[in-house]
Amino acid sequence: MYPGGKMRIKINGKDKEIKCGSLFKLKAESGLGSDHLVVILNGFQTNVDLPLNEGDEVVFIEKGKMPGQDEFEAMISARHTPQVYEKAKRARVAVAGLGGLGSTIAVALARTGVGTLHLVDFDVVEPSNLNRQQYKIKHLGMKKTEALKSEIEEINPFITVVIDTVRVMEDNVVSLFAQDEIVCEAFDNPDVKALLVNGVLQNFPGKKVVVASGMAGYESSNMIRTQRLMKNLYLCGDGETGARVGRGLMAPRVSICAGHQANMILRLILGIEQE
Amino acid sequence: MITINGKLVSDADGLSLAQFLAREAFLVSRVAVECNGEIVPKTAYECRKLADGDILEVVCFVPGG
Repeated sequence: MYPGGKMRIKINGKDKEIKCGSLFKLKAESGLGSDHLVVILNGFQTNVDLPLNEGDEVVFIEKGKMPGQDEFEAMISARHTPQVYEKAKRARVAVAGLGGLGSTIAVALARTGVGTLHLVDFDVVEPSNLNRQQYKIKHLGMKKTEALKSEIEEINPFITVVIDTVRVMEDNVVSLFAQDEIVCEAFDNPDVKALLVNGVLQNFPGKKVVVASGMAGYESSNMIRTQRLMKNLYLCGDGETGARVGRGLMAPRVSICAGHQANMILRLILGIEQE
Repeated sequence: MITINGKLVSDADGLSLAQFLAREAFLVSRVAVECNGEIVPKTAYECRKLADGDILEVVCFVPGG
């Protein structure tokens, strides 16, 4: 046991020393009522009384009440598996191409708390983007980099978003991605996909690239998968279903592929290299 | 014998990578190629000869994103 029956835990992100006990005891001691209270223990939301252990992370959230700045970040990440947010916060990821894949991946990584997101795209938001991209009518005409940065600031203000509003070309690929540990390819055009993959893998032997190919139409969701095809190249998609005349790109399948990419990126951040 | 995307190919020995990609109808602008664990720069496709025992991974991207 611990000296004097005490233990150290985190409550709403702050280190606290408490007497050994349970969630309900802690809740009562904190003077919190049970109505409209969300209780999360080590990433799991619960309404039953559970014993507490050294190192536990407890978050109490009063619904409808705006939290103080000091507790807000702990609340945003309260449903994360323990230690994931801390590791994500130290990571830096580039997302190249901010269309259906890239905007969805960037939002997922922002929610996951990736500390620095580097967003790269030259284009502006137009109406045909709204069927699958994370933009709104208010963003029409805006640069995608700027629109997405403003969206992300509304989702998780505790991360840094760096933007480059440029086309990725052979002569800027090295300077653009020099600082990013993980590069996510999310372009529409297959020549640019190849240009980015070749440029990064040739020039940076230590960097990982997560690329997408084959997520058009409404073929089965189950065809989309993640494969480690090269030492530092992960491919998400079905590998074959391309966009073409008569076959469009729609939110459901594009988001499935984006989810694959975002999860592979999270795995890499956590040190897991297996697909 | 050369292994290409996990399959054994018996009639590619001695071809350059560029010749092999053309024969298999790959669009060179859309591919990335790894040979024996190392990425092959596009500028080397013409001179890189495929040799017995090579393990080749060719990834060809399709449009959409």
